[in-house]
Parts: sequence; C-alpha cells; structure tokens
Amino acid sequence: MGLKEEKAPKSLENIMFGGLEERRKCTFPVKSRIRVLLAKELKKPERSGSLPSSSKGRYLFEERDSNSWDKIPKIDGVVAKSSKSPPSHKIVVNGKECINFSSFNFLGLLDNDRVKSAALASLRKYGVGTCGPRGFYGTFDVHLELEERLAKFMRTEEAIIYSYGFATIASAIPAYSKRGDIVFVDEAACFAIQKGLQASRSNIKYFRHNDMSDLERLLKEQELEDQKNPRKARVTRRFIVAEGVYMNTGDICPLPQLVELKYKYKVRIFLEESLSFGVLGEHGRGVTEHFGINIDDIDLISANMENALASIGGFCCGRSFVIDHQRLSGQGYCFSASLPPLLASAAIEGLNIMEETSEIFHTLKEKCQRIHKALQGVEGLKVVGENFSPAFHLQLEESSGCRVTDSKQLQDIVDHCMNRKIALTRARYLEKEEKNLPPPSIRVIVTVEQTDEELDMAASVIKQAATLILN
Amino acid sequence: MPRYRAGEAPGGHSSVHRIAMNGGCRNENGGLKNGYVRNGVCPELLHGGLYKRPFHEAFEETPMLVAVLTYMGYGILTLFGYLRDFLRAWKIEKCHNATEREEQKDFVPLYQDFENFYTRNLYMRIRDNWNRPVSSVPGERVDVLERFTDDYNWTFKFTGRVIKGVINMGSYNYLGFAKNSGFCADASAGVLQQYGGGVCSTRQEMGNLDKHEELECLVARFLGVEAAMTYGMGFATNSMNIPALAGKGCLILSDELNHASLVLGARLSGATIRIFKHNNMQSLEKLLRDAIVQGQPRTHRPWKKILILVEGIYSMEGSIVRLPEVIALKKKYKAYLYLDEAHSIGALGPNGRGVVDYFGLDPRDVDIMMGTFTKSFGGAGGYIGGTEILIDYLRKHSHSTAYATSMSPPVTEQIITSMKCIMGEDGTSFGRERVEQLAENTRYFRRRLTEMGFIIYGNSDSPVVPLMLYMPAKIGAFGREMLKRNIGVVVVGFPATPIIESRARFCVSAAHSREMLDEALNKISEVGDLLQLKYSRHHFVPLLDRPFDETTYEETED
Repeated sequence: MGLKEEKAPKSLENIMFGGLEERRKCTFPVKSRIRVLLAKELKKPERSGSLPSSSKGRYLFEERDSNSWDKIPKIDGVVAKSSKSPPSHKIVVNGKECINFSSFNFLGLLDNDRVKSAALASLRKYGVGTCGPRGFYGTFDVHLELEERLAKFMRTEEAIIYSYGFATIASAIPAYSKRGDIVFVDEAACFAIQKGLQASRSNIKYFRHNDMSDLERLLKEQELEDQKNPRKARVTRRFIVAEGVYMNTGDICPLPQLVELKYKYKVRIFLEESLSFGVLGEHGRGVTEHFGINIDDIDLISANMENALASIGGFCCGRSFVIDHQRLSGQGYCFSASLPPLLASAAIEGLNIMEETSEIFHTLKEKCQRIHKALQGVEGLKVVGENFSPAFHLQLEESSGCRVTDSKQLQDIVDHCMNRKIALTRARYLEKEEKNLPPPSIRVIVTVEQTDEELDMAASVIKQAATLILN
Repeated sequence: MPRYRAGEAPGGHSSVHRIAMNGGCRNENGGLKNGYVRNGVCPELLHGGLYKRPFHEAFEETPMLVAVLTYMGYGILTLFGYLRDFLRAWKIEKCHNATEREEQKDFVPLYQDFENFYTRNLYMRIRDNWNRPVSSVPGERVDVLERFTDDYNWTFKFTGRVIKGVINMGSYNYLGFAKNSGFCADASAGVLQQYGGGVCSTRQEMGNLDKHEELECLVARFLGVEAAMTYGMGFATNSMNIPALAGKGCLILSDELNHASLVLGARLSGATIRIFKHNNMQSLEKLLRDAIVQGQPRTHRPWKKILILVEGIYSMEGSIVRLPEVIALKKKYKAYLYLDEAHSIGALGPNGRGVVDYFGLDPRDVDIMMGTFTKSFGGAGGYIGGTEILIDYLRKHSHSTAYATSMSPPVTEQIITSMKCIMGEDGTSFGRERVEQLAENTRYFRRRLTEMGFIIYGNSDSPVVPLMLYMPAKIGAFGREMLKRNIGVVVVGFPATPIIESRARFCVSAAHSREMLDEALNKISEVGDLLQLKYSRHHFVPLLDRPFDETTYEETED
C-alpha cells in the first residue's frame, strides 16, 4: 500500500543535538507517563480537590467549570428576601419592619381602605380574571368607565387602557411609527420606550438628555435631508418621544421648548408620564399641567397606573383621532387579556380620591422638597433629580470607574439603612440591554404617607451611612 | 350536498370522520384518499408509535363554490369601499372619522390613507360583533349590555338594558374558574384585604412578595419542572422573555400561525426567523436540516442556537401541536423547544396539565414551558417553567423582573387556589371532575356540530372549536343572529384568519351543562340553516389541506 509514515518536522534543538528528545523519552518513560496522567486528572474538576492548595493556583480551570461553582444568587442582594406584607408605608423585609422608601406608591393608595373596598366589591361582582381579550367578551363596563374617567381627568377626548404598565408605551409607539419613520428620543428614555422603538423598526435618533439644542440640530439635519428628497419626506412620519419625569434620572423634560420645536419642525410628541401622572401639577395631571401647556398640543400621553394609582396596567390618552387607532393596532391591547375588573375598580376609586383631595399633590411636593434639602451636601453622594420629583437617585460623587465596586458600595449603604429601618433599593437595570446605561444609583421614593420626622430620619440615616461607608 | 336539518343527528355518518386517526382505521393501501390528514402525511408512517393516543385533526377543504363566492363578496365590498371613499372625499357622504387638529393639518399624515381602508369599509360594517360590553362574571352565562348605533357602527350608545343570561361560548373559561363566589374568590378577597390590589415595585426591587414565590413553587410542581417564574401579563411573557433566550446568531423556527406575542418576541430578539407550515413536521424538519447544513447566511457559521416556537392549542385553528414529533425532531437535531401553552394548560390532558400531559410525555423534554393564567385559571398573567438554570438565568435577564411591576396579589391568590384545586391538593376531586367534564363537553359539542354538517376545524379533543363561515357577510350575520338567540359567540375574519376562512369560534367550558350545550347547539343549527352554513360534504371529502411546498418564508431582522 502506498502509505508513508509521516514524520513530524524536527525542532531546531532536536537537529542540533541529534535526536536528544527521542532518547530522553526512552530513558525516562516514567516521568512523561506521570505527567500525562496528572494532566488528565487535573482536567476533571471533581478530582482537582484532592490536590494540595499550593498546586491548585497554577492550573487554570476551564471557565465553564468555574461558572458552575460560584453561582450567583437568584435575585442578588437584599431583595431576594421576599416581603410578607404589602409594600405600602411600612414594609417587612427580612423579618424587620422598615419605612418604605422604595415603592412607587406616591399617594399611598395601595393600602387605602376605600380603594380596597371598591376592589372587593368589584371582585364580588365580576370575579378575578376576564377570560378574554377586549374584543372577545373581555370588555367590562368598568373598563369603559375607567377609560371615560381617565379621559375626563386628563381633559382629553379619549383614553385607552392596557393590562400591563410596561406594555403600554411599548405597544403604543409601534402602532404609529413604522419602518422608515423617524423617531427622536431622549437618550435617557426608560426601557419600555426602548423596547417600543425596537418593535417599531423605525429610524431612531437619540439626542442628549434634555438637550434641546442637540434635538434642534438633529431636526435641522433632518430638514435638510427632507429638502433633498421631498417625495420621501411627505410620507415619513416624525415623532419625538420624551418622558415627563425621567425614570432613569429624575429630571423633568423641558416641555415648552419641545412644543415649540414640535410646531417649528412639524413633529409629533409622545410623552411617557408614568412618574409625573398623579404627581405634578395642581390636580396631578402631570407635566402638561405643571408647565401650563394645552394638553392637545401633545399628541399622545401614556402613563401607567402602577405608580400613583397603585393598581396594575397603563393607559394612553389624547385625541380620538390618535387614540382610537390603537384599538385595532395596539398589540398589547388587542392580543392580551383585559385588565382584571377589580384592578380597574381600584383605579377608578384612586381617581376619585385624586379628584377629591387635590391638596395631596401639594403635600407630596413639600415632602419631596424637604428630603431633597435634607440630602444636600451628603459626603460622597449626590442627589440626581428635580427637587419636586418623588422618585430621585443618589449617585456616587466620585465613581471608582468600576461598576461592580460602585454597586457594591451603594448596596452597603442600602443594607446599612435597611438595618436602621429605612427600606431603600438600588435602581436595577439590565446592564447589557440598556441603550445608555445610567450610572449605578440608589432610588429614593417619597410618598405622602411618610411623616416629616421619618423623612428627616431617612436623610440622617443615609448621611450617616454615606460617611461610614464612603470614607 | 347532503345536509342535515336542525337537531337531526346522523349517527351512521360519524365513522366517516374517523379516517385519519393514527393507529385507527386507515385505507389498506396507505392511500390518503380522505381529506382528513393534514399535510398529507400519516404520522404513523414516519414516527410510528410516537403517539400513545389517537390523534385526529380535521381540516375539510373549502368547497370551490364557497371559495369563489367569498372572493366575490370581498370584491364587491372593496368596490363599494372605493365608491364610498370617493363620496366621502367629495363630501357627498358624511364622514364619521375623527379628524386631525386644524393646527396640525400640515404635518405628515399620521396614517397612510390606505391603511384604514379595511377598517373603514369592511370592519366598520360589522363592528358591533366585537367589544361587546359585559357586566357580570364571564362565566357560563354572562350579562351583555345592549347597545345601538344610529350612524352605522361609528359610535355606539347604550340603551340602558342588559341582555341577561347570554350563554357564553366566547370566553376562555375552560375549567369554569371564573366565578365571583366560592373558595377561589374568597381566598383572593382575603389577600386583597391584606395586600391591596397593586404592588408598586418590580420583582428585583421591592415587589417580591411571598405570594409570588408560593405561586412559582406551585407552578413548578404543577408542570413537573424544576423551577418556574411568573409574570404579570401573558402577552408580555412571550414578548419580553424570548429576547432573553435568543439573540443575534440564533435561529428561531416559528409556526406560521403562532400568536402575535410570539412573533413580537422573536422579532425583538434580533434572531433570524424562519417560518414553517402550520403543524407540518416535514416543513419543520426541512428547515432544521437546512439550518444545520447551511449555517448562518453568508458566513456559513453554525447557528448559535436553534429555538422552535410552537403553541399547545392554536387558538384560531383549534389544532393541537404534534408534540411527540416535535420533540423527536428537536432531539434529533439538538434544537431547543419553546412551548406556549396559553390555551392548552388546564384544558388538555387527563390531569389538566396541558399538552405534555395529553400526550403522556416527559415535561423535561420541553426546554421552555410557557403558558398563561388568563384562561383556565381565571386569573391574569403568564409563567415560564424549565430547569433551575434556565429560570435563574431568566430571573436575572428577563425584562419584566427588572422593569415591570410584579403580579397583583389577589390575582396571584386566585391562581394558587384554582391550581391547587386542579391538582387535587385542596382535598376534593372537584378539579379532576372539571377536567373530565371539559373533555366530555368538548367531544360532545364537536361531534354534534360535525354531525349537523358544519365544517369544523381542529383536533377532536381541543376545546377551541372553530366553525367555518367563509363569507364576509356571514360573519356579521352569524354574530348578530346568535346574540338574538341569547348566545354569545366570537366571530373572526381577516386579518386574524386567512382572507377566505372567516369563522366563528366557540370555547367549550367545564361549566357548561349538557342542557346549555344542547340549547346552544340547537340555536347554532337553526342559524346555520338560516345562513346556509352547513357546507360539509360527508361523502366525497376531497384531499383537503394546504399541500406542503418547497417555498418557505424567511424573515430577517436588520
């Protein structure tokens, strides 16, 4: 047979010393055997334990093996411990009763007896689930009532409710903006907006956070582009998407300038008001009321009912011309089961309370300003967010440059406060998924239920924790 | 065409419908003369012995005359639509459409003009069949608010009257847990008093309640998997978790009739999506083989991951996924399987544990078990079950744990109690009886409808029963006539179905008594005669089904 034995090319050393390598193997076969055996053994992770610890360091284990050893806990940190009580004013975490500074229960409606009894009455009438989407026997009279009430409260023509807060803006954006359309978005936009934009497949342009000159630059660029191709420009819809109060920064958007730009460049505005609805303005109608802007100037306002209203779900409101389109095109509306009637009733009762006691918004604002003032000048921590925003962030003044260390330090502060009966939480993000990952922070949430003493106490505990941990 | 009168049960003909069960009576020569085998393949030929029970699914071919008339119907509707749009444009006919603000007239139009043509001219004519407002429990009987319109369905006004006791054939209340009294409602009322309605925080922050953990353990036990995770909305369970499971460089193989949430999730993931014919294992195998042979487009690198997306029961077809074959394929080609049991959980299987239980398979063979609580459990939300590693991964990477509010506590409690009831952990055999009752009701209802001569799609064990209407005018007529006779049905047309296959859909529930079903059946038969819906041709059933062809539809995300 034509088989030839293949010879490995000899190394330089081998040539020089005339086959020393082969001879060595013949002379000391035992040593090489042992070496091979040892290497084999070391590859098995379960065997490596028997080796002395000094030799362990020298052999690197495969990454996937080591991953399986140091398993990260399910939900890291303190929150992995579940609470056995409702996350209202007081919360029991790890068996310790704390004052809650971490749930978006701004108006304290979660534990409100009126809301609860309204929900209970609804439960006794309709049961729990709706067993169908809105189109197929899932529209209840309470849904229609809630939509009407929301529209009336916001002073718009129409409102539409979704059964999940996250899905509200994420469904609303792709209902209007399609492939080829252009959306101008603030780069600090929350994750739900990012997902909505992704689903819309539109052309997305980010402008710097709250930087109107940057937005205008982009709009001008687009205008020039349009002049080159006017036929295309006639069918390209343009939108600005902004948040009332930004989830990730606690800032308010400069709405008057946005409206100005809207008419100047003929762009529509979509506003996400989850944190400002039921918070800002004299009657809690959000940023439009705060700035005294005609609500019809905003094409679509979306908010969730999971924060101020302390229910579940979300809604969009605006003119019928805009909103009605979602009843057939909003995916989260058409294809999902409708909101459980008891939660709709809870939201209606929440609206009643908001309408009856509009001084509640003033109280909330005062409380926000109080803790803001108290937290100024904490060593090592800076307060990020407006002084009237009930949800704001505490960031490290000087970042170590490493996200993990920063988070660790902030978590230590959170733990320290937790031991002193102040429940805080770090703001959680999916770090790999966020478009512009905000720096690590502690989110502090003010509610009307917190007394002035509690606010002062929280501020002093945070101060104490910061000095203790950061210095 | 032989037709049967209302209520007449042609017992002798039912055998005609049993042709295509595997292991059952098939023609000797293996010829597929009947039209009852979808895809033209008998599963036993390919994967003999995979099925532990008869599997028969019927999709009778649309009669030619009906198809032609249906197309003509759409043609006439479209022509009239153009005519009326013309009249509206010249302000001869009053236009009821909401209009743009004066200040924004010079903006780029928000909608393309043609976009709403279908809505304006076709849907608007029969809009009264959808969104009917309900004012009671969505149980076996339901109270519907009466509405009327004086502007051809553009707006509705309430008369103030309530149509009481409409037999509900539309809600997904498969096991009859939608109730406002009884142990489930009592338990959730208690939890509502204790916890309130909302949560106001996310799972990762402060919204991780003991009730959620209890539910997750229970779901894992119910499904027979290592761990489970629950979410507040069924739609979002799909659309927010598939992106966590697949990404660029992954391939998603999706059934052509998958629900919008699966489609959205697949799109958001950024993976390449390829679509196989509905429940067609040849098509799936071909795609799998191609994917492995060819690898990624252009680079020809192997795919990082292949994920097959299927549903347990398809909500518009009433068909059950060929799970044993899918699992065999998935094992053969080392793909992952994502099973959406939105309609099948609770509604299928001797223990009510979904399609896996129905076929007697091992739940560990399905990598990702997803389902919703809206339907059988009378709650809201969704779950994902799987291995401990998978769920731990999802807890950290799922969009909804980090950004969406957690489940409402009273809803959670409703699911816990109803699930315990199905499992028999409440110490009664109540749940088991309901599961059996549902199976019995389903078989009875389907058999009677087929015997009456309607074309009924889907598997004989599926509680979703589509009845074919075909013509667009009959969609509206059927819905209205049935409501007149105090029966609430769901009618669907394009775009939820192929353009000529408009249908009515019944959802059988364990709460329906035999008398109710009989009443409904009699009325259906009556309306069927009125509208001439009994299309089925028992004797010469032609080879039906959409033949498998080589063209596959590919969609890539850019």
